[in-house]
Amino acid sequence: MTLTLGHFLSLGAILFALSVIGIFLNRKNLIVLLMAIELMLLAVNMNFVAFSYYLNDRHGQVFVFFILTVAAAESAIGLAILVLLFRNKNSISVDELNSLKG
Amino acid sequence: MDIKTGFFYLFAAVLLFASFRVITARNPVYAALYLVLAFFQAAAIWILLKSEFLAITLVLVYVGAVMVLFLFVVMMLDINVEDLRQGFWKHFPVAATVGALIALEMAAVLMGGFRVTEESRNLQGAAPMGADLSNTKELGKLLYTEYIYPLEIAAVILLVAIIAAIALTLRGRKDSKHVDPDDQVRVRARDRFEVLKMDVTRPAAPVTEPAAEGKGEKKA
Repeated sequence: MTLTLGHFLSLGAILFALSVIGIFLNRKNLIVLLMAIELMLLAVNMNFVAFSYYLNDRHGQVFVFFILTVAAAESAIGLAILVLLFRNKNSISVDELNSLKG
Repeated sequence: MDIKTGFFYLFAAVLLFASFRVITARNPVYAALYLVLAFFQAAAIWILLKSEFLAITLVLVYVGAVMVLFLFVVMMLDINVEDLRQGFWKHFPVAATVGALIALEMAAVLMGGFRVTEESRNLQGAAPMGADLSNTKELGKLLYTEYIYPLEIAAVILLVAIIAAIALTLRGRKDSKHVDPDDQVRVRARDRFEVLKMDVTRPAAPVTEPAAEGKGEKKA
């Protein structure tokens, strides 16, 4: 049984489904939400790399490079907002995020 | 089943286990550590797919920078975990069913639909890429020629992220004895020291006058 493109795509799909479950289950815990988003981006990147390898096209890998950049920026800003939220509310529960008074 | 297939199943199994633990771990520190493990397994799978540069980038950028940042934040905040996990196991059966359904359906479609194997891959491309060049060199050539504008935009995005992260978390300390250097330079001698002309002694205020006025009012 040799490896096909389908194997890698299925792995990405299972990883994506796992992180969707994670977002659903941990919807009160902001920090695990951020981690589940990172896992989701990893699953997407896995698809890009697999396609790039099996279709002999390097452009997919360039795309993964840019996704990594954006994901790093996103998690840095997300964690900064998290720290700010904890400073103001003394909790990171999403339920506390209900006031938008500036 | 060759050795590459065996390695794929090993790394995939550990990757799925680690990501399962990320979403179910009680302690966020453990979740972050399992996420590090998941990133390492993903990097190993990417090396199986001959994209070494991205695999090393994943380890350096994600494990080295992003996950360390996560660990810093998780350990810095005093999180009450029990509050955040209310209703976790109550919703677990529903979530597991939906997730398993998603995974099975997508796997059924993808395994049947994409039967590209190693051999057909080699037939497909006219010349197998990367035979003489390293993966890093190929990616670099693409990035700095065809993708130069997206690369610059990515650099700007990173700069914005740096500035935003600093601006969000910066706060002036209330207890610091900070002095503005502008004010220090601009100060004049007369701002610091002023001579007031004052009499040596003041004449004593007339004491009797208010009393006399009061008497006058009473008379009137």
